[in-house]
Amino acid sequence: MSDTINFTIDGKDCQGKKGQSIIQAADDNGVYIPRLCYHPELTPGGSCRICTVNVNGRQMAACTTPVAEGMLIFNDTPELQDMRRALVEMLFIEGNHFCPSCERSGNCELQALAYRLGIMAPRFPYMFPQRTIDASHPQIYIDGNRCIQCGRCVRAAEELDGKNILGFIGRGPFLKIKASSSRGLAGVEIKPTDRCVQLCPVGTIIVKETAYRTPIGERQYDKKPIGAEIEGSH
Amino acid sequence: MEPYAQHLEKHMRKVVIDPVTRVEGHGKVTIVQDDEGHIDRTRLLIVEFRGFERFVQGRPYWEAPVVVQRLCGICPVSHHLAAAKAMDVVVGVGPDGLSPTAEKMRRLMHYGQMLQSHALHFYHLCSPDLLFGFDSAVMKRNVLAVAAEYPDLAYQGIMLRKYGQEIIKSTAGKKIHGTGAIPGGINKNLSTAERDSHLKDIDRIIDWSKASVDLVKKVHGQNPDYFDGFASFESNHLSIVRKDGALDLYHGNLRAVDKDGEKIFDQVEPADYLEHIGEEIKSWSYMKFPFIRKLGKRKGWYRVGPLARLNCCDFIPSPLAQKEFEEFRAYTGGKPNNFSLHYHWARMIEMLHSAEMIKELLTDKDLQGTDLVRMGKKTHEGVGLIEAPRGTLFHHYKVDDRDQITMCNLIVSTTNNNEPMNSAVAKVADQHLEGKKITEDLLNYVEVAIRAYDPCLSCATHALGRMPLKLELRDTRGNLIHSLIRGASGS
Ligand code: FES
Repeated sequence: MSDTINFTIDGKDCQGKKGQSIIQAADDNGVYIPRLCYHPELTPGGSCRICTVNVNGRQMAACTTPVAEGMLIFNDTPELQDMRRALVEMLFIEGNHFCPSCERSGNCELQALAYRLGIMAPRFPYMFPQRTIDASHPQIYIDGNRCIQCGRCVRAAEELDGKNILGFIGRGPFLKIKASSSRGLAGVEIKPTDRCVQLCPVGTIIVKETAYRTPIGERQYDKKPIGAEIEGSH
Repeated sequence: MEPYAQHLEKHMRKVVIDPVTRVEGHGKVTIVQDDEGHIDRTRLLIVEFRGFERFVQGRPYWEAPVVVQRLCGICPVSHHLAAAKAMDVVVGVGPDGLSPTAEKMRRLMHYGQMLQSHALHFYHLCSPDLLFGFDSAVMKRNVLAVAAEYPDLAYQGIMLRKYGQEIIKSTAGKKIHGTGAIPGGINKNLSTAERDSHLKDIDRIIDWSKASVDLVKKVHGQNPDYFDGFASFESNHLSIVRKDGALDLYHGNLRAVDKDGEKIFDQVEPADYLEHIGEEIKSWSYMKFPFIRKLGKRKGWYRVGPLARLNCCDFIPSPLAQKEFEEFRAYTGGKPNNFSLHYHWARMIEMLHSAEMIKELLTDKDLQGTDLVRMGKKTHEGVGLIEAPRGTLFHHYKVDDRDQITMCNLIVSTTNNNEPMNSAVAKVADQHLEGKKITEDLLNYVEVAIRAYDPCLSCATHALGRMPLKLELRDTRGNLIHSLIRGASGS
């Protein structure tokens, strides 16, 4: 029996391999499904729901759903895009995202996704939450204002760096990322080359004194929108 | 004695001009008249504020140059560079430790911004007053009327500004709110393609800048007494100058001269500014009132900006501007020039100087260098001064061990000119308002006087926005006697 799985996304015939999630199979076929908490090097988190697609009439998270033979998947529909827009807008209003002066601007996945989805302003009122900054470490700092609770750093620390140094505390809107030491970041083993630092999609985990080194026009998403690297591979 | 507020209530009339048009930001002028119709006092009131000094607290120091420039959409480069200069000190590099490429790229950015800001102010905001007269028809007092009657001039103004903005884009990454200057240096050099595209037009830009100086002189020549007398008063002047006394818009030490040109202080290092400059807070304004400590609060106020710079410096280090400077100096017999409307003249001489400096820099090979950022031993405090288009700009920060900003003090150009603008309004009110009915013309005189200082009220109060103009005349009991309302379109 062949391991090849046949399915369609928005009417396009695609082939996947057994054991792949929908998002992995879609990537291989050059179809970009928007996502935030998913990263190919990590086990899927399934928490942001940006990657929601319509599978045989039901809405499923593409990063956690295995691809299966004969699936009829819809990705780029007005309803799904609007739902994604709403989710991204909620992330914006729930934190304190000041793109104009953020050092991650131009290299930020949240910002790039907002651009790609055509968001001009959020439809919800800003919440202006109180968030904290952990600047205690000499090289790394955490700016809670920009955290979207995707958990990529937590998974990266565990799965790739092999250390339990980051975690969430609190619940619901008060959920926040924290170094697992009473002294904050200063109390944990963390360095700029750690994957948990590098995989932050926004400007929350930052290597100090590296800001604005790339001129405007040459930053990651200045030239091509997010997802172009997946679409361009085919 | 009755309290002042009650006295005012009983015996004074208030004339309110709200807000002033064609200045950056939102201001309101109150003229208080006594029962006999004499001018009692004037106040330029700023009604908004944004509090940048507070909200950078806790932010990492490297964000300051990018955050604080958001104070302003007209001369953000000044804030960007002043903050970067302060942070150069924090990262242990200081003004003398920058790489030649970094310093020259920043200078280029700054001259580009001088060019665009001065062109904007002169052509877009002031040329209607100067070309059509201060009391011309309302419908004529805007840049569109200039474009209709003097299309070549309007084109020149627009192209000068555009050129400056292109320079900013090549150095800061964006025309407005770029990220070029970072603590310890710059994030890009100038590509040869960028250089060549700017070099192509620079001679024309210099010619037009020269023609702009000539235009001011021509307007002045048509009615010199009026031009000299309008809203004029004697004052102290302050700016930074180079070590040798030359005009230097990017870097130098502080010098202050009095109305006769005597030095009050000279070559004061940026870090020592607080020893010489104090700031008074008044209950009725969000703008602070800086003063020279040695002279005290009452007498220590001073002017900044183009007029003050040309009064403070000994010479201009570029040939065409130096020639104009000599003529400018000779006009007042080598003494400081205290005529408010001569700000326009000084401003255009500076625009010419900036154009000349841009040309010099564009042919400098250092701009293609690759040594961009340097870091030294970090310190906890930095002061950065720069001559912004509107005058001396002070940025002062303290940073803790965790790299977070703990203190920020900004004295922006327009704040320095706070008292001078009040004096100018008082002078004009005295000359033109006393005993007369409030007319559109009178209202515009007040605006012309303020506008000569090119105030950026958005910077000064950290506010932004422009609104239609409203003038009210009230009796002592607060009843409205007469009001004039002007829409944003001038109708
Ligand atoms: S990317 Fe699938 S839930 Fe976040």
